[in-house]
Amino acid sequence: MLAIVDYGVGNLFSLAGSVHSLGCEVCVTAEPAALAAASHILLPGVGAFGDAMARLERTGLVPVLKAQAAQKPLLGICLGMQLLFETSHEYGTHTGLGLIPGEVCPLADDLADKTLKIPHMGWNALDILPRRESDPLFKYFQSGEYVYYVHSYYARHCAAHTLATSFYSLPVTGAVRSGHVYGTQFHPEKSGDAGLRLLRAFAEL
Amino acid sequence: MLAKRIIPCLDVKDGRVVKGTNFTALRDMADPVEMARLYNADGADELVFYDITASAEHRALFTDILRRVAGQIFIPLTVGGGINTVDDFDRVLKCGADKVSVNSGALRRPALIPEAAQRYGDQCVVLSADIKRVGGTFRVFARGGREDTGRDALEWLRWGVAHGAGELVINSIDTDGVRAGFDLELLDAVAACCPGVPIIASGGAGRAEDFIELFTHPGIDAGLAAGIFHERRLTIPELKKALRAQGVEVRI
Repeated sequence: MLAIVDYGVGNLFSLAGSVHSLGCEVCVTAEPAALAAASHILLPGVGAFGDAMARLERTGLVPVLKAQAAQKPLLGICLGMQLLFETSHEYGTHTGLGLIPGEVCPLADDLADKTLKIPHMGWNALDILPRRESDPLFKYFQSGEYVYYVHSYYARHCAAHTLATSFYSLPVTGAVRSGHVYGTQFHPEKSGDAGLRLLRAFAEL
Repeated sequence: MLAKRIIPCLDVKDGRVVKGTNFTALRDMADPVEMARLYNADGADELVFYDITASAEHRALFTDILRRVAGQIFIPLTVGGGINTVDDFDRVLKCGADKVSVNSGALRRPALIPEAAQRYGDQCVVLSADIKRVGGTFRVFARGGREDTGRDALEWLRWGVAHGAGELVINSIDTDGVRAGFDLELLDAVAACCPGVPIIASGGAGRAEDFIELFTHPGIDAGLAAGIFHERRLTIPELKKALRAQGVEVRI
């Protein structure tokens, strides 16, 4: 049973549907007991970092997630990936879950080509870094396949934990890993067949 | 870098997909869920659903279709038609839409744009505009292209972007259904006045060459079409192959 963490941000319809389409059992929950019973945890998220973190705090899930992350595979998606890092500089400075070293910064400031549009929205090729091709997350995924992004902030100073990037006049952190804590900046549940294959590999961890 | 997006548009009326020519004379085409599945398998980068029904009964039918599509198609879905309030945003987002397109509802009450952007974020708010040349200027039309609002189209789009529209769909009434190519003059004018947001071109696609020419224009992110795809005069794999051969980055 995969558990999708429901802390009141965004629409979990597609994510639950995509996991369900793989033939996996899935529940959408905010219950610590359900997260403890699950084999895998998916941490979604859309919106602003500070607001999402405050909601996680209010639901009392921060210590639960930190404890569960040490025991089973966890995948943060989009803002859910950003929450895995230590800090974010989205509208002020906020503390994240600190499960992966690094920080979340405005993408606009670092674009080499300032004419590019923000958010970075649409399909971009995901390039797996050298020596990361054999990561089990990419068991059914080939470097260079396209994935779907929607974001204005990105993770930095996390090179040691970066699995893959997408080029947008700079390499944008696309997928990260520390132990069995994974994160994708893109939306696998919106990335067509390639995204479903990535979710399948995660579910098999 | 970002791939140029190819977006089939499904106009849904009474539970069926229809396609207008110059916005009149609708013809019944097919089952929306079947078509969505086909386009997903063909490599469509996104799907747009427009609800062009009027009654509450058919609106419920539309949201049911949307829910069925969203439960089995895992690419971005944009939904428009009958979006007048933030509650309408809520209704379609809960059924699995990723983005919501506003048109006449925003023309009647422009505050809808900032209200929705504040609640759901700019990236969720797509401003769709039906535009036609009137006396040498671009004018924005309401009610599916039937009513001249008297408003300057470029000013309206600029206002929309400044107040939270995160993406623009530019429907040219002059080229829609004519199959003689996108309205490049209009699209260039929009790209120059709204450089910060993605621009989706709509209206006029008749062959692959129209898309190839479209994407030589900087600032255009996506091409949207209905009839050409629905009638299978051009399939998405054929189109993407032709685009890639011309050096256009597409997702294949």
